[in-house]
Formats: sequence, structure tokens, C-alpha cells
Amino acid sequence: MGILTEQEAKAILEKVVKLSKADECSAQLSGSVTGNIRYALNSVSTSGIVDDMQLGVQVAYGKRVGTATINEFDDASLEKVVRRAEELAKLAPENPEFMPALDKQDYKASATFNAKTAAITPEYRADVAAACIEPCKKEKLIAAGFLADTQSFVAIANSKGNFAYNKSTGADFTCTVRTEDGRGSGWVARNVADIDTFDAKQEIAIAMDKAKRSVDAKALEPGKYTVILEPAATAGLISFMMFGFDARQSDEGRSFLSKKGGGNKVGEKLFDERVTIYSDPWDAAAAVAPFDVQNDGLPRERVTIIDKGKVEYLQYSRYWATQKNKKAQGQPGNLIMIGGDKSTMDLVKSTKKGILVTRTWYIRLVDPQTVLLTGLTRDGTFYIENGEIKYPIKNFRFNESPVIMLNNIEELGKPVRVGDDESPFIMMIPPMKIRDFTFTSLSDAV
Amino acid sequence: MDRRDFLQFAGAGLGALLLPVYGRAIAAEELLSTVDIATKKKLADAALEAAKASGASYCDVRIGRYLNQFVVTREDRVENVVNTESSGVGVRVIANGTWGFAATSIATPDAVAKAARQAVTIAKANSRLQAKPVELAPTPGVGEVSWKTPIVKNAMEVPIKDKVDLLLAVNAAAMKAGASFINSTLFLVNEQKYFASTDGSYIDQDVHRIWAPMTVTAVDKTSGKFRIRQGLSDPRGVGYEYLEPKAADKVTLPGGAVVYNNSYDMVADAIAAAKQAQEKLKARSVKPGKYDLMLDPSHLWLTIHESVGHPLELDRVLGYEANYAGTSFATLDKWKEKFQYGSDKVTLFADKIQPGSLGAVGYDDEGVKTQRWDLVSKGKLVNYQVIRDQAHILGLKASQGCCYADSWSSVQFQRMANVSLAPGEAKLSPADMIKDIENGIYIVGDGSFSIDQQRYNAQYGGQLFYEIKNGKVTEMIEDVAYQTRTPEFWNACVAVCDKDDYRLGGSFFDGKGQPGQVSAVSHGSSTARFNGINVINTARSLG
Repeated sequence: MGILTEQEAKAILEKVVKLSKADECSAQLSGSVTGNIRYALNSVSTSGIVDDMQLGVQVAYGKRVGTATINEFDDASLEKVVRRAEELAKLAPENPEFMPALDKQDYKASATFNAKTAAITPEYRADVAAACIEPCKKEKLIAAGFLADTQSFVAIANSKGNFAYNKSTGADFTCTVRTEDGRGSGWVARNVADIDTFDAKQEIAIAMDKAKRSVDAKALEPGKYTVILEPAATAGLISFMMFGFDARQSDEGRSFLSKKGGGNKVGEKLFDERVTIYSDPWDAAAAVAPFDVQNDGLPRERVTIIDKGKVEYLQYSRYWATQKNKKAQGQPGNLIMIGGDKSTMDLVKSTKKGILVTRTWYIRLVDPQTVLLTGLTRDGTFYIENGEIKYPIKNFRFNESPVIMLNNIEELGKPVRVGDDESPFIMMIPPMKIRDFTFTSLSDAV
Repeated sequence: MDRRDFLQFAGAGLGALLLPVYGRAIAAEELLSTVDIATKKKLADAALEAAKASGASYCDVRIGRYLNQFVVTREDRVENVVNTESSGVGVRVIANGTWGFAATSIATPDAVAKAARQAVTIAKANSRLQAKPVELAPTPGVGEVSWKTPIVKNAMEVPIKDKVDLLLAVNAAAMKAGASFINSTLFLVNEQKYFASTDGSYIDQDVHRIWAPMTVTAVDKTSGKFRIRQGLSDPRGVGYEYLEPKAADKVTLPGGAVVYNNSYDMVADAIAAAKQAQEKLKARSVKPGKYDLMLDPSHLWLTIHESVGHPLELDRVLGYEANYAGTSFATLDKWKEKFQYGSDKVTLFADKIQPGSLGAVGYDDEGVKTQRWDLVSKGKLVNYQVIRDQAHILGLKASQGCCYADSWSSVQFQRMANVSLAPGEAKLSPADMIKDIENGIYIVGDGSFSIDQQRYNAQYGGQLFYEIKNGKVTEMIEDVAYQTRTPEFWNACVAVCDKDDYRLGGSFFDGKGQPGQVSAVSHGSSTARFNGINVINTARSLG
């Protein structure tokens, strides 16, 4: 099936919309080709290519809505999926929060497709695995890693004449290197739009170095420490916090952005004034589709979510926007946090006493009221003294709220692109020096 | 479904719908049909023949039809009703001593034969990076057999209207009892799986699962505080009869909280949830320190899952999951020396056969008959969970049957069996157990959970926390989480209630692997007591 062109996708969607006899019809066609290779114990364990395409059709009779999806695209199947959606709509109860299909929108294209990333071959993936495994074997280290590259498209159309199409690519690489005796572990991750900016040899060297340096970790007492968090270590925390930026949840009193007595905290300064987070679908380093398929294809815009510590933006669904007389726009697909020019190691150099954290793991919400999160450090945690990495330390469990963390900023470095397994965002996150970060217990895990 | 997909799914709408369901929505009546066995056998044989002709030394074929129905509601309205189907064929081979896999959604003999040849090509290409050839434990061919979850009422046959009516009645009851908000959902799953292999097995299975979660929120606008109480049901491997409550399945705990066994009164639990969410708003914050914990099975299942189920997966122990889920503290040398995992009160067993459990099937996804075995026996580590290509590492002659794939298009790999704490042998009820606890906390329901990549350091929350003083529940408390080091925790187990208190909990969406796959797994236990556990206070102020 592969990746359809704009014209091919439009032809199918127009056919679908015309087939519907309902009051309204919206359709979404999406497809992806994802290649992956996985290796562990210095040997490839699995690899494959998943090629998938789906059509979703939503129709409405008045406020009754029905939805059906299909993965066959001949004329009979297109007819079938439209009729199924119509049958379900007739059976469905009225949805009092029904929103009509979007009028025709203007979408400004975003450069989300890279031909070289799309052209990655099984041989290339095997070469990446080999580039990680071979140097590890030579140094008696053990590599376990994963490379997944995706090219995908999504197109939407509706009976009011709206249409949008976007094609994108991306690649995500992670590798863990452990010492043979299991006493040292290092990790590296890279998320790229352009595969030419990725060099497996360079990346694996980082993980190997951290694995070797993390052997014989010393135990420090749990407590509050100054930490240097690598961008990958904070991505999960910030991403969790963003779930609280929903306007309805906030207005309903069940977000950390809910205000005592009702309403929300937009306009209030809740973070250090160096915290500015915005979203821009056209950002050259973290481009995403200019429309939001989760919200009927609403256009995405450049929005400042936190401006110099002040909450500026909450996400309104189309329904909630009508209730609150606000403008609904597409949910951000990326998060860009402003930082400085320094690298992680520059931040280490300016640190008298502190802890360098490579990665955080198993982050879970403990209390939604305060966005208190717990999780652990992993695969490279080091003690810093007088600007130098002194020795490896045992991993810690943290209990910390990103809201508190972003009030305890000492310094921000230069943002880098980060993808996170549990996050819907492509992120540009700076390395951070944070004071009083709360570690509550020690972990023996390596 | 991983957490990200689940959160987006919960948002409803067309775009959200497409993410987690891996398939096409279908009309309700089509959820009841099955594909003819002769057709499936013909397809399977086409793949097996093509694989052998291309040089495979082993091949298995899984023809899968995965059906789901989701009903999603909040307060007085239905947010989404979705029927989905995903069907196709996955072919796995060994060639040049290396695994290869390919899958197709086109169910014709030509297409599956092509997938088989592709799988062989992939296996041969990857063999250059293979350190040691795959060694498969023998599994006898079983010929043509079938297995079905012993359901009383096929949930797919219950009209959508009845399901909508139930959830809206649940929501109305919670709102009437003072809830500020409620979200309730019904998840129904039917896996129709046909497995065939070059060992001579043709296994047809029809697997059913059900889950009815809810989230009840109480908001105090004047203080700006809100509290959530999740439903206390468990996902189960049963039919719709689970949602038809029987009085015998209602369990009233010391202190008055009510939990459920083999059937669930969702309306009654919604009312309790609304009241308890409001009570939580006013409950006293816990004083951190060491407490004796009394853990209800509705809570303990998740602790078992994280601190026993995962670390005793042999692929983790060996390092195959090192890059993502992690490795395990329970290394092979510990197994050889019969490591003291817990106290002598602690026997933990694995199985894929407990009636009503999420893991129960007749055969796993590589054709191995399911069974039960001990992992920890009277405190000592005695075994792991393995699949066919791992059995030889432990010197086992056969796999224990822990192989699973979440879709026809996913490669099967080692997944957790049901892992459960055996009930105590001496007669002991929760009412007896609480009597001699002087300073403790009683925890009901699962909450926030997090554990390190070797499964040592963990932190667990819950839904309901009650202070125990001098043998009695005194009051509800809040902001409780306990932190443990796994072996110390299980060695602090001083008592387990008897079999009359044994109940199942479980996870519908346990994630593992890269690319990620989900599986459903149950964990049974009776109420258990753990002495001197470190409890922290999780309340914070944002100023």
C-alpha cells in the first residue's frame, strides 16, 4: 500500500464523502511504513517492516454520530464503510456536545518530510545494529538497542469541502550498553527528522563511555540535590505536565491549573521567568503537521504556552471553546522550550556540587493536584564536584513536581530534539541545572 | 495500547478512534461470526509449505481475528461507541538458525505463502548478526484441537443499548451520590486465534475478556482541591455475566469498604466511589514512617505484577529487554542458590489456566499446552517464565507456555503468565488478620506505581487508605505511598489470609517490547500483611 500522494488520497476521500447520504460526512485516510531493527546481547533479535493504511469515516444525522474504519480501499469497501458509519449513527444516542464538520480551512504546509529518511533500507538498519554491536564486542560490553524509522501520511476531507494532507518522516534510535558483569550501564537516544544528521558510531561511543564510567557506583543519601538533567531526562516530566493544560479539566476544577473558587490560572505566573515554552508546527528542527487530526483537522498555530513563567495558553476542544467563547485550535504537536547556548557538559563545568542525570524512567503521576511525579534515574548517574564528574552514584527514586522543578532553575542550556516513548510531542528541550530536586530513596538497580 | 494511545483514546472523536484499535470498525452482528476452520487450515498449510520450500527449518502461522468493542461515557452522555476488527496472518520461521517474521492482511494462500518466503529472506539476512543459532525446546504436535474461554454470556451478543443503559445508570448513581464528574467505560475483547506449526499442530482458540473501569472525581471549588476514586472492578477473562452482580461476590472488608469477587456491582461501586472521593477530600494526611501494611487483593495484584511477574521473565533476566523494560535483579546465580525471595509464608505461582483469569488459554502463541508452576516456593526462588527458545537455558525439557503476540501483525515473544500469591494454609480471614496490627495502614485498590529497571526499588499508591490502630480501622487517611526494595518487602510478609479470601486482580494493557505490545494478565492473592514498610507522604504545595 505504501504512502499515497496528495492526489491519490484526495481521490479516495472525495469518493467517500460523496457516497454518504448523511447530513454530514468527515473522512480521514492515514498510512505508514515503519521499519525497525532490535538487537540485544550483541545480536539482532527482531527486525521487520509494518505497512499499514486505514480509512476512518464519521457521519452525522443531526446530533447522532457514527464512526467506522476499514483497511480495504476498493469501491465496494468504501461503500461498505460509509453505510456502516451511517447505521451506527442511526443507532447512537444524540450527543449534546456534537460539533458540526469544520468549514473549509487554510492550512500552511509544514516541511515534515525528508526523502533520505524515507529511503532507509533494511541494510541500513542492519548496519546501524552492527555499528553498535561490533565496538561493544571489542570492549567486552553488551549492546541492546532499537531503531525505528517511519514515513507516513494523513489526509482529511469533509462534506463542507475542507481538505488537508501531510506527509512526514522520522527516526528514533535508542541503545543501552552494559558491562559484562552487569555493574555498569549507559544509554543514548537520538530522535531525528533527517537521517543524515544521525551517526550510529558517534552515538554508541556515548553509551559505551557511560557504561564504563558507571561501574562501582557509590551510594549517596537521598535528599534534595542540585541536578543537571540531560534533555531526555526532563522530557517525560514536562510532557506529563502538559496533560494538565486542558481548558475544560482546568475549568472543571481537576487540574493543577484550576483556580480556587472556580476558573483557571491563565495569566498567572507559575514558573521561573526563564521558562518559556511554545509550539510551532513550522519550526525547522521539530516540524509537525499543520493540522490536528485528533480535533477534526483544526489548524495548528504558533502558540506561546508559557511565557516567561506565565501561563498563556490552554487547549480548548471545539465544544468547550463554544461554551467559553474562546477560539479552538489544533492541539500542539511539538513543544519548544527556550534555553541558552551551553551544552550539558558546560552546565557540569559551572557546578560546584551536583548530580548528572542521563535518563529518567517509569515516570508515573502520584498526585494530579500538584503533578507530583515519581520515577527513577537510570543508565548513567554521576556525582559532580567543582565542575567535574567525580564518580558514578547509585540510582535514585525521585518524587518531584515539574511545576516545582521549573521554579528551581539555576541555568538552562541549548535545546535539543527529543522524542519520548510515552509522549505525543516532538520536543526541543534544553539541558537544565535545577536546585533542590527531591530524591526520596536509593535504588540498587544498574 | 500504551499509555499515550489510551489517553488519546479517552479523548474520543474520529482521530482518537483510529489510534488504538488496530483495525476497522465493524457492525455489531459481525462480531459474532467466526471464520471456517477448513479455510484457516488451507491458509496455514500454504504458509508452512512455502516456508519449508524456501529453506526454513521451522515455521508457525497465526491466523488472527481480533475483535473489540468500546463504549465510552461521561456523566449523562455517551462519548463513543466503537466496534473494531483486525484480521490477518503472521508467519514466523527459523532459517539459518535465525528467526524471521512477516505478516499480511490479505488472507489468500498466495499472500500468506509470499509472507512466509519474506520471513525466510529476513531470517537469512539477519543471520550474519546472530551469535548463536536458535534452540527450540520440543513441543509435540497436537493435531487439530480447539479451546474456548468458558463464558456464560457472550458480551458481543448483548445489545449496545443495554451496555449504554448500564453505564449511564452507573454515572447517574455516582452523580446522585455527590460526584462532581464520572467517566465510565466498557472494553470487550474477543481474540479468535488459529495456530499451525511444522510440528503438526492446528489449534483453534476463541478467547474473551471484559473490563469495566470508571473514574469518579470530587471537586471542592472553595479549597481548589480535587480527589479521584477509581472503580474497584478487575478485568477478567469471562463474559458479560461479570456485570450481573451476585450477592455472594460482594466482600465487605474490616472498616466497611466493599470489594468484589467473580461478579461486579458497578452501580453500587459508583455510589461508594462518589462518597469515598468526597471523604478523601477531608481525610487526614498520613504521617510518614514505618507501618505494618494490610494489603487487599484489589491492591496487591499490582505489587505482585511489578515485583514478581516482571523480574521473573527469563528474557529480562538474560538481557533481551535491557534497552527498554530493563533487566532483573533475580539473576540466574540467585536461582541456582535458591535465593530467599520472600518469607516462608510466600509461595508465588505462575499459570495460564486459572478460570476467569486474563491469561487463561488452552495453548500459548507457539502451540504449547498451558500449565501451572511455582516461581517462589515457601520463600525460595525456584523458577522463571520461559518460552520455547529459552527453555534449554534452565535445563528445562519443554516450554512453560508463556508466548503471546497482541496482534496477527506482531511477533510473538515471552509475556507474563498469571502470577499469583498462594493463599495461606492456616485458616485466616481479613477480620482475624487486623486484630493484632497495632500501627498499620490498610490499602484497598491499586494506584500510582513505579519500579526501577531491575525491579528492586518500587513505589506504590492505592485508592483507599485506612489507618489501623490497635486492631481496628480508625479513619480514612490520604497522601499514602509506600517505598520498597523487592526482596525486603516479600521477606516482610508475615501472614497471608486463607483461600476463602482469594481474589483476582489484573492488567488489561501491560506493555512490553520494542515496538511495544500489550497483553492482559491476572494476579490472584488473599489479603496479606507486611511488617515495617516505609510509608511516605505525597502531599505537596504549589504555593
